[in-house]
Amino acid sequence: MPAFLTLLSHWRRHPGQLATLILGLALATALWSGVQAINEEARQSYARAAATLGANGYERLEAPGGGPVRREDYIALRRAGWLVSPVIRGRMDIGGESWRVMGVEPLTAPPDTLPRTNERGEVDPSAFLTGAGQAFVADGTEIDPDRRISLEFIPHPDVAPGLILTDIAVAERMLGQSDPTFLILLPDQPAGLPDLASVTDLVRVQAESGEDLSRLTDSFHLNLTAFGFLSFAVGLFIVHATIGLAFEQRRPVFRTLRAIGLPLSRLITALVVEVTLIALLAGAIGVMLGYLVAAALLPDVAGTLRSLYGAEIAGALAFRPLWAGVGLGIALVGAWLSAAQALWKVARMPLLAAAQPRAWAMASARSMRGQAVAGAALLAVSLATAVFGTGLVMGFLCLGALLLGAALLLPGALSLALRGIAARLHGPLAEWVIADTRQQLPGLSLALMALLLALAANIGVSTMVGSFRLTFLGWLDQRLVSELYVTAADNDEAAEIRAFLAPMTDATLPIAQTETRVEGRPVSVYGIVDHATYRDHWPLLETIPDVWERLSQGAVVLVNEQMARGKGLSLGDPVRLAPDLSLPVGGVYSDYGNPTGQAIVSLDLLERHFAPIDQSRTAVRIDPEQRQTVIAAIEAAFDLPEGAVVDQESVKRASIRVFEQTFRVTGALNILTLGVAGFALLASLMTLSTMRLPQVAPLWALGETRARLARIEVVKTLALVVLTWGVALPVGLALAWVLLAVVNVEAFGWRLPMQVFPRDWLWLLSLSMFSSTLAAGYPALGLLRTPPSQLLKVFSNER
Amino acid sequence: MLSVTDLTKTYPSTEGPVDVLRAVSLAVNGGESVALTGESGSGKSTLLHLIGGLDRPDSGEIRLMGQEISALGDAARARLRRDRVGLVFQQFNLVPSLTVAQNIALQARLAGRVDTRWIADLTERLGLAGLGARYPEQLSGGQQQRVAIGRTLANRPALILADEPTGNLDEETGDAVLSLMLGLAQTTGAALIMATHSQRLAQRFSRRIHVRRGRLEAA
Repeated sequence: MPAFLTLLSHWRRHPGQLATLILGLALATALWSGVQAINEEARQSYARAAATLGANGYERLEAPGGGPVRREDYIALRRAGWLVSPVIRGRMDIGGESWRVMGVEPLTAPPDTLPRTNERGEVDPSAFLTGAGQAFVADGTEIDPDRRISLEFIPHPDVAPGLILTDIAVAERMLGQSDPTFLILLPDQPAGLPDLASVTDLVRVQAESGEDLSRLTDSFHLNLTAFGFLSFAVGLFIVHATIGLAFEQRRPVFRTLRAIGLPLSRLITALVVEVTLIALLAGAIGVMLGYLVAAALLPDVAGTLRSLYGAEIAGALAFRPLWAGVGLGIALVGAWLSAAQALWKVARMPLLAAAQPRAWAMASARSMRGQAVAGAALLAVSLATAVFGTGLVMGFLCLGALLLGAALLLPGALSLALRGIAARLHGPLAEWVIADTRQQLPGLSLALMALLLALAANIGVSTMVGSFRLTFLGWLDQRLVSELYVTAADNDEAAEIRAFLAPMTDATLPIAQTETRVEGRPVSVYGIVDHATYRDHWPLLETIPDVWERLSQGAVVLVNEQMARGKGLSLGDPVRLAPDLSLPVGGVYSDYGNPTGQAIVSLDLLERHFAPIDQSRTAVRIDPEQRQTVIAAIEAAFDLPEGAVVDQESVKRASIRVFEQTFRVTGALNILTLGVAGFALLASLMTLSTMRLPQVAPLWALGETRARLARIEVVKTLALVVLTWGVALPVGLALAWVLLAVVNVEAFGWRLPMQVFPRDWLWLLSLSMFSSTLAAGYPALGLLRTPPSQLLKVFSNER
Repeated sequence: MLSVTDLTKTYPSTEGPVDVLRAVSLAVNGGESVALTGESGSGKSTLLHLIGGLDRPDSGEIRLMGQEISALGDAARARLRRDRVGLVFQQFNLVPSLTVAQNIALQARLAGRVDTRWIADLTERLGLAGLGARYPEQLSGGQQQRVAIGRTLANRPALILADEPTGNLDEETGDAVLSLMLGLAQTTGAALIMATHSQRLAQRFSRRIHVRRGRLEAA
């Protein structure tokens, strides 16, 4: 115990160092566990979606070309003895939020599609079926019903987030649909039933599984995890540096303790206990901070997952002991990993070596060479995986090898650069500055590596997002050409609107759409008329000659990039859209932000092969100046609900909002990682400053003022930061390339052209220099305030 | 109390192995004070390190209070140092994050033999009374060496090994520190072996041994 207390006394005398260590580990843990909390929340939501109440867990019957199931089919099946139950499913906006509505028929539906609410564990039919009706929502859901809906909303733990589960008649009213979306095929059917195909042409569809959603969103979560891990790695640089310094500073104490009789095994045990206690404290703080980070980011993540994948995630974060435990565990493992090298050094430390504080982390030229060789090998691995590897895991391996390799090469690269600068500088002070900077380099290298990682990640991700943004905006301009978009209540009203608008517009283009399945996967099929709007603007990535003519003739199909990549389709490959419709691919178009497959055929073909189809929406081409006049005319002539007529700008704004939301999370993690790296630099400079006096005092004694020496300290740090930025730039651009060409293609199904943004790089450089000036300024101020008596001690034996 | 027989120690160097100690034999009784003098590199410190169990000899035998220590493992030698040996270094080797009082009590606490009355008495006699709450960096060199001596004697060791303890001190302070060590060693009945360059200080010891090229010569 005395030995342990003696070790702990170091922290009492160096509270700043302890705070740095705890904060570094806490920040690393916070970012990691924050991301894990988000992922865990999403996983729980998927699991709940898989096991939730509702009709998703059953085999079902759907109309062959998509669309609603005819009531006659339902009646025919029931008459034939098949146990089926109708379900209506759709989406609606309530209080500005989009909700999934599912209506089930409680008397014929399987018992576990609805919650058990009465004492016998069943739905109370009178309450569910009569009066205003009941609807079940997820626990903790706050729903703000508008005046169109008068329902009693009952929270229930088994209902998935974002779902309103109610009686089919209520859902009919809410969604304005009369026919079922599909029929549940009950699992236990009576014996001796006639063959299903002889009764109906409805298609049997396997039960939906939460695993599909989980698989679909895996890549997104992997992206987040990669970011969390990067932040954690940056944080570990701080911890490693701080622990290493604390051990190095106490090296004489370790020797003294051993000399006065403390066995090595007990010293090591005490140090491990010390690191463990600190890690537990920092881990607990980190988990709490992580919870706050996750709570702040979760709404954006939920929005992203909803808009990208249609996955519903609860917007509120639940505290889960599992990730809290994992967070503490990762803090412990991180601290032990960071301390392993220092403990190894202590274990091998000769008892009789001169008991003088060795400058911390004065890495030998040999270890720097070893690092450089390892770095070069990792860069080779990164290059090899970029050229030969496929798949998301290879993409991340490529990223990891690139970042780590560059980080390991950094000290050697900086040393070479300083040597190059030294050859061009003359004068004793300049020579001293360069020599001193090189001597300081090993002590700062870990912090500079952390900064390199953060800068490269920042450049890489901002290049990716910037490229995406420019491409997306250009794509929106191509896709959203029509000046107005009108949504009618049904196809008939839409036809009336088109007839009404014909005299006052350049063109009215029906947006005809239906849902189908291609090779078991859902695909949206659109039918278009032959018009210059499409010919001149549609964003085709690949095309055959005369594609629009051939499309209007019904000879080819256009598919979106996701569908082409997902199914490995090339131009000319046949696509079977319906049992009696197979067409060759005539073109591939970009379709950013859409997670599912999409195909375009001629309207005529769509109407012939798919029935019924939804043609309730219309794109209107007019003189932009006439926009408001036409909107007023439509609203005067038809009783359309709010939001039924939208102009191009509104649609673009909504699309851009979804886009911005998608990358807000990565942007936030990016900034946090840069913040952690800045803190790493500050921590290293602060701790190194305590060991700087012997280097600086001789210069002061030779006639340099403390103010000038302090300025030199700041300039030296800035020079190292600028050089690090210079290394981070190509690394960040390589990172962006891997993200765009490998990771995004695997994660989202589309590839983007890479664009560069030099102004952003300069902004990042300015930001880094500003934060480094602050980081270097504080220790420099300390030097400026160091009294001469303190500097004089360097020359005496009293230090 | 201490017997050293045919002790040899060789260190590797760039110019080949260097024989630091060559068949050294020595016996020291309880309460005896022995000064080891000799030039730098003659082997004085190495002999102290081997006797203190800080290092192992290549051959030979060291018996402390009847126990052969050169064959002991790291943990057993650490226990021996903790319980029976007191070490005083030229560099003081205090724990900078502990106060003067905590530094003085450190070894006794490690050994589980804290005698608060003795420590208070020792602190008084070392002239450190009133400085107990200070940290080493707030003391002069002489005061720091007195703290180191206090740490050694607080545990009432049977053998005190001092390696140039006055090397960093001025003559007057050095004299005072040595007087304290000799007086306190006599009080506790401990044997004292001290390495020093100073013939003047060596004169104050009951026995003087000159170390030359790894061999002992009576001075």
